[in-house]
Amino acid sequence: MSLRFQRLVLILITLVILGAAVLLILFNTKKNIVFFYTPTELIEQNIFSEGKIRIGGYVKDSSLKKISLNQYSFEITDNKNDLLVFYQGILPDLFREGQGTVIEGLIVNQKTVKALKVYAKHDENYMPASIKKELEKNNQWKRDYK
Amino acid sequence: MFSFLINPSKFNKFTDIIFKPLVFISSVILIVGLILVYLSPLDYQQGLTVKIMYIHVPSAWLALLTYAIMTIYSIIGIAFKMPFSFIINRAVAPIGAVFTLLCLISGSLWGKPMWGTWWVWDARLTSVSILLLLYLVIIFLNQTFENRDVREKTIAIFIIIGSINLPIIKFSVDWWNTLHQPASISKLSAPSIDGSMLQPLLVMTIAFSLIGLMIAVLRIKAEILIRKNH
Repeated sequence: MSLRFQRLVLILITLVILGAAVLLILFNTKKNIVFFYTPTELIEQNIFSEGKIRIGGYVKDSSLKKISLNQYSFEITDNKNDLLVFYQGILPDLFREGQGTVIEGLIVNQKTVKALKVYAKHDENYMPASIKKELEKNNQWKRDYK
Repeated sequence: MFSFLINPSKFNKFTDIIFKPLVFISSVILIVGLILVYLSPLDYQQGLTVKIMYIHVPSAWLALLTYAIMTIYSIIGIAFKMPFSFIINRAVAPIGAVFTLLCLISGSLWGKPMWGTWWVWDARLTSVSILLLLYLVIIFLNQTFENRDVREKTIAIFIIIGSINLPIIKFSVDWWNTLHQPASISKLSAPSIDGSMLQPLLVMTIAFSLIGLMIAVLRIKAEILIRKNH
């Protein structure tokens, strides 16, 4: 093997080892990298911290209630477990029932959270509005498309 | 045949031929792309804001592509002692930095109306801002070191090590919970963007790539001239 190919192989091996090392670190600190926990993770891993925590899931259907002018309560679900959320403030435009959401807030008790911030999370599907209308007209509107 | 990719004088000859057509074609594709974006339908839930995608996605793609090209050139540059690689590294780093910045700014402008926040430290957004920092370090490293050989090698090694960030950016949305949605196009299955929106996106991506290539050719030519006169 010529010297230049030895160098090439050396560089590639170094890169693979370095990459593996970084990935090992990242996956072992997974807890600190996730942006939010789902309600099930919260209950199963028993994460009930004193400080702020972010929880993500879907806004449960027909759970959004307006308490007063800018006070809301809704349930956040991952289809296994639900959490009741209270929030005072302005909700993002995309926020509605059935839509993905991430909230940042303080845990009140096992089932209730007081949200300080509410983010809307949208999925990777893009579709013209006219097609959605057509689909709904023909009763072809599917849940997975949301 | 592809020796213009590693030989400065052949690069000059080749790009002298293609440069004018390149300018013409990229302007035409950009104009067509912008018209297609203007005519593209509104999203069923995001409405008009979905059009930010036609700037955001091509910028992100070019930010990653530029770094990937720099990585490949750094590896062959060090392994095969090829000085042309270091010319490329120096010439294209600012282009990558600008596209990364464009990606972050357009994403931020998109995030405010859709997510309800300009910025969050989720894995995708953080890893892309690390990419911007890598580009900035590379640009600054180019201004340091009296000795050119030491400087070029240092930068190349830095680029190779930093390339670990690329797969992290790509897969961050799959590995961890993020506020950023997963990829729409690069899946093996059919894209989850409707055809009427995918088409302008692809045309815009081609337009951005050609414009990036155009600036890169100019910068590489200038860099070759600078080396010749030193």
